[in-house]
Amino acid sequence: MYTISSKIKLTAAILIILGAIGLIYGFVNTPASVDEVSTMLAEEHAAHGETHAAADAHHDDSHHAEHVYDQLKNRPWASIYTAALFFFLLAVGAFAFYAVQNAAQAGWSPILFRVMEAISTFILPGGILVFVLLVLSSLGYNHLFIWMDPEVVAHDEIIANKVGYLNVPFFLLRAVIYIGGWVFLSWLMRKNSRQMDENFSEALFKKNFKVSAIFLVFFIVSESMMSWDFIMSIDTHWFSTLFGWYVFASMFVSGITMIALITIFLKSKGYLEEVNDSHIHDLAKFMFGISIFWTYLWFSQFLLIWYANIPEEAVYFIQRIEDYNLLFFGMVAINFIFPLLVLVNTDFKRVNWIVVMTGIAILFGHYLNFYVMIMPGTVGESWFIGIPEIASVLLVGGLFLYFVFNGLTKAPLVAKNFPLMKESKHFHY
Amino acid sequence: MAAKVLHAFYTDDDILMNAVKKVRKQKYHIEEVYCPFPVHGLDKAMGLSHTRLAITSFLYGCVGLAVALTMMNFIMIVDWPQNIGGKPSFSLIENLPSFIPTAFEMTVFFAAHLMVITFYMRSKLWPFKEAENPDVRTTDDHFLMEVSVGSNDIQEVAEFLHSTGAVEIDLKK
Repeated sequence: MYTISSKIKLTAAILIILGAIGLIYGFVNTPASVDEVSTMLAEEHAAHGETHAAADAHHDDSHHAEHVYDQLKNRPWASIYTAALFFFLLAVGAFAFYAVQNAAQAGWSPILFRVMEAISTFILPGGILVFVLLVLSSLGYNHLFIWMDPEVVAHDEIIANKVGYLNVPFFLLRAVIYIGGWVFLSWLMRKNSRQMDENFSEALFKKNFKVSAIFLVFFIVSESMMSWDFIMSIDTHWFSTLFGWYVFASMFVSGITMIALITIFLKSKGYLEEVNDSHIHDLAKFMFGISIFWTYLWFSQFLLIWYANIPEEAVYFIQRIEDYNLLFFGMVAINFIFPLLVLVNTDFKRVNWIVVMTGIAILFGHYLNFYVMIMPGTVGESWFIGIPEIASVLLVGGLFLYFVFNGLTKAPLVAKNFPLMKESKHFHY
Repeated sequence: MAAKVLHAFYTDDDILMNAVKKVRKQKYHIEEVYCPFPVHGLDKAMGLSHTRLAITSFLYGCVGLAVALTMMNFIMIVDWPQNIGGKPSFSLIENLPSFIPTAFEMTVFFAAHLMVITFYMRSKLWPFKEAENPDVRTTDDHFLMEVSVGSNDIQEVAEFLHSTGAVEIDLKK
């Protein structure tokens, strides 16, 4: 059995407290009124020594100030939403990997199942956090989703035409179905897996096989719709057909990377002694392969829209390239070129510190991916990675750390009696 | 003087693997092992060094990428920068997305084909090449270990090979 060390508890507590303080600061620090933004913008103009500012019509200025005010008000909301969604979907991605391993009857991975199960325990708290944020958006506490604002919908025919799908009750109902389904199926699989430790029966093993198959079917539909709802609907005027896959690749590779990082951490602490180089090697291969898969989807989405350059689609990328240039292309370098050049080497995939270093880069890169998906539609050109953003990552990261390591203590780190366990212990590549 | 070699035949890959380990322990020199199919771990047991084919492939891929980008840069940007459907042909980077599919395929093409050709050259394989098979049975169900006798006593080496489970031992000059 694994016991959570006081160091981890303390680290998690510090992260949560620091994050909470930073986030509260972020909320307090938003401008109180449009007038405040006007003065701020005027000062900025003056600081830049812009003489032509006087030529601007006053009417435009007030509109601009209102616009910037909304963006700055959104910023702490968007940053906590990005962080919550990233860690929540990371846990779901890790669980999807677990379900794939079960459904595929993989012989190499059962020794890592308890790590994957522990990560999947974050689906419940993470899902609640995301859901609470969605409810707060629906109640009008923020403007993350412009289609939730009846005034916007009234003046916007494009959004008005989507109201059949994008309306608050149906939206929240769908969220309950996705999150509830994932929470329930992950809980069921964990329960069966732990029951197998005590008294193994073939029926239980077969049941988990069936549950994982059912989960995967449910997941592929619900994940796709989740990505339209939680992420794509922020840019309500825009749509893309492969968006669900794109989000899936991002969460899947993050989940696998997290499995590898926690496995290496536990092994370095003397737990999981039977995990060998080959298990790490396989995880690193998945990190490598799915990173490239993510890039393939990123590029497919970008190329098709860039090539055809239809204005209503291209505006999505125009905004990202103009306002988020470094982040937009930088994350591709971090998520693609870095793992490509480092993890292509077979020997490197067995070196723990190289896998950890690449893993941290991949997680950072995929956080940026979520950032670039969510921020342009919520805070636009007023973005900055400052206190609210970092604090949100610390806060949700601290929660993640606590729940996952707490999940590890709930069952022996290596499942007993699992039919493929012996093969997994002797796995060698 | 042609070195004398012994051909030891085995009928099972497990016995062969153990025999290889024993022969190496006894410090006899294994010239070659002929198998009808790949035996997992045989290269390790024989102490063969790793192949560097993957490294050559990576380098060939880099060549392919460079060829593709140079070619398209010259044709589409430098030599005759036409306006084709409004695509920006002012610099390579501006029109890069439309070149990526070609660049990718060229990278794979060079990496794959040049690596295969390297493999053929290194392993001396080509059409009309005379087969170097010492015994036809090694393509079907027998494994053959070729051990050079060197300065050792032939009888002694043969008896040792017999003790490792060889079903037949031939002396070749």
